Amino acid sequence: MTTTADRAGTSSSSVPTEKVTLARAITLGLRTALAHDPSVLLMGEDIGRLGGVFRVTDGLQAEFGADRVVDTPLAESGILGTAIGLAMRGYRPVCEIQFDGFVFPAFDQITTMLAKLHARSRGRITVPVVVRIPFGGGIGAVEHHSESPEVLFAHTAGLRVVSPATPADAYTMIQEAIASPDPVIFLEPKGRYWDKAEVALTPYGTPGAGLDKARVVRPGSDVTVVGYGPTVHTALKAAAAADAEGISLEVVDLRTISPLDHATVVESVRGTGRCVVVHEAPVQHGVGAEVAARVTEECFYELEAPVQRVGGFHTQYPPARIEHDYLPSVDRVLHAVDRAMAF
Amino acid sequence: METVQLLTPEGTRVADARYDHRVAHLDADALRGFYADMVLTRRFDTEATALQRQGELGLFTPSMGQEAAQVGSAHALAPQDWAFPAYREHGVLHVRGVDLVDVLKQFRGVEHGGWDPAEHHVHLFTLVVGAHPLHAVGYAMGMQRDGVVGTGDPQRDAGVIAYLGDGATSQGDVSEALVFAGASDAPVVFFVQNNQWAISVPVGTQSKVPLAQRGQGFGIPTVRVDGNDVLASYAVTAEAMERAHRGHGPTFIEAVTYRMGAHTTSDDPLRYREDDEVAAWRAKDPIDRLRRYLESAGELPQDFLADLEARSEALARHVRDGVHAMTAPEPTSMFDHVYASPHSLVQSERAWFEQYESGLAEGGAR
Repeated sequence: MTTTADRAGTSSSSVPTEKVTLARAITLGLRTALAHDPSVLLMGEDIGRLGGVFRVTDGLQAEFGADRVVDTPLAESGILGTAIGLAMRGYRPVCEIQFDGFVFPAFDQITTMLAKLHARSRGRITVPVVVRIPFGGGIGAVEHHSESPEVLFAHTAGLRVVSPATPADAYTMIQEAIASPDPVIFLEPKGRYWDKAEVALTPYGTPGAGLDKARVVRPGSDVTVVGYGPTVHTALKAAAAADAEGISLEVVDLRTISPLDHATVVESVRGTGRCVVVHEAPVQHGVGAEVAARVTEECFYELEAPVQRVGGFHTQYPPARIEHDYLPSVDRVLHAVDRAMAF
Repeated sequence: METVQLLTPEGTRVADARYDHRVAHLDADALRGFYADMVLTRRFDTEATALQRQGELGLFTPSMGQEAAQVGSAHALAPQDWAFPAYREHGVLHVRGVDLVDVLKQFRGVEHGGWDPAEHHVHLFTLVVGAHPLHAVGYAMGMQRDGVVGTGDPQRDAGVIAYLGDGATSQGDVSEALVFAGASDAPVVFFVQNNQWAISVPVGTQSKVPLAQRGQGFGIPTVRVDGNDVLASYAVTAEAMERAHRGHGPTFIEAVTYRMGAHTTSDDPLRYREDDEVAAWRAKDPIDRLRRYLESAGELPQDFLADLEARSEALARHVRDGVHAMTAPEPTSMFDHVYASPHSLVQSERAWFEQYESGLAEGGAR
């Protein structure tokens, strides 16, 4: 999906590559940051000797010590609140929230403190805290382990919200999140943790694509399909299936949700005239609504059909045995493509 | 549970084997300094309350009655220490050197902060009750990693003091702060001013046991002090900060005091508390207490009091003039510090707003 050549300032000849999972790519990104910036700390529940429940921090405490890879008490608000204090003191804490549904005890610290301190201090204080959250469903989990809370954070000024869809982006984006002077909500598509790809292991500080740029990951001409995190994979599978029926889908990976790179989306839709937005989070008040509104505002006369949204229902996330009826499937994406093409 | 007291309400010095040495070096000049700081803090309180009544401030949070706890504890801090105040700690801010006019920017509606935290090592307060002690603990954990704890060098060893109230102790974040402080042995002091009331709710609703026992439950050494006794407040804080500096971990202090005024200028305490309760606490006024002690020692000469009166009035004038001079910020300033690095949405909304404003200025149709 992405290649070394996508990234400015690197060349495939000089940079080692390794075929790794998305989870391992994050580990390697964290390791690089820990090795090169002594102010970087990891904090979370079970991230030390256990290496995290998804093993994303595997081996890092042994390598960097318990002062830099900190097993915290079991209290999410405490993790975020102390991370804010450490950031005020000049550290760059990277907090792991074990599962998406467990971020809410920390929601107050994230929205009323982390998001506002830079503004409250008129720029005198920066709080470069990264909040890593495995998010999304599809892994057959119990309640509170499959949620997609991204809009709650994207609606909060002061936070950046990003989600990598590929191992290559996971490796660079976690490093860019750590280097950002702003707080970053880093949403890891846990359903894609085990996807493998070649990743260019660029040195720390290598400029990446940035935490404000979407990317066209598959060119096409009939319909633009917009996804992020786990649904980029779904969109690409839908594109392969549509291709067999002679419909050409252009797939855009948003990569970042706040800010949202409308320019790349609008440019794509200007070319195709049709747009489908796919996310696991509920459709109502979702990222799809924001994309649809902006596409309508900015390229109304180029649109051949209303923007279609595919996502979760306005229900509680359902039990695992029926989660695939809730999640946006390839078939539901293709159904939306058909609706768009029917106009 | 014992309550540490070095000065009775009548102004009599009582001996205390554990704490006497903490105040032995305080001569008459130092005590007059404490007295002046309490008087100035109260004068600020009176002036800010008046400014609110005149419509110059939207709100104010009076500290009247809590001057000894605040001034005493703040004087026990070293310059390299950091204070994380709540929104009623005007005495602490004054002692640390924060211009009290800056405290009123929030209440005037021109800023959500007010001062540069780095200048006097005093963090900004938040209106979210109990959210900041966690920041204090995290900051203290940073000091540990910076190697400025337990070095044995009094000029270098640092710690943090978090100010909170009786109501805040019920917040989950405060319990988490105690958990994290205990787990990390962070150099932090939790200074709880139990002023008996969380707006209209008495402390008995927050806790069935003395608040000091909260600290013990978390395995944190605890002390209860007469918060209207500036000497005792100084002594227990000095001991706790020394523990922090030496790397011996956190301390929990309950300073028993009383909020003699309203919770805020929007509050009406006549609706929920009795006159005789207020009168009983007025008899224990922290300023009167030190005045009686100094008077009986013949250490409160008339020229000092006259000078203090002049300083009080100068402070009041400074506060009045400062508030009157505070004008609304530029509307576009709301976009200035949303993020520390460029954010495309904020940039485009700012550009739109500026265009919209200029369109209005030109009388364009909208």
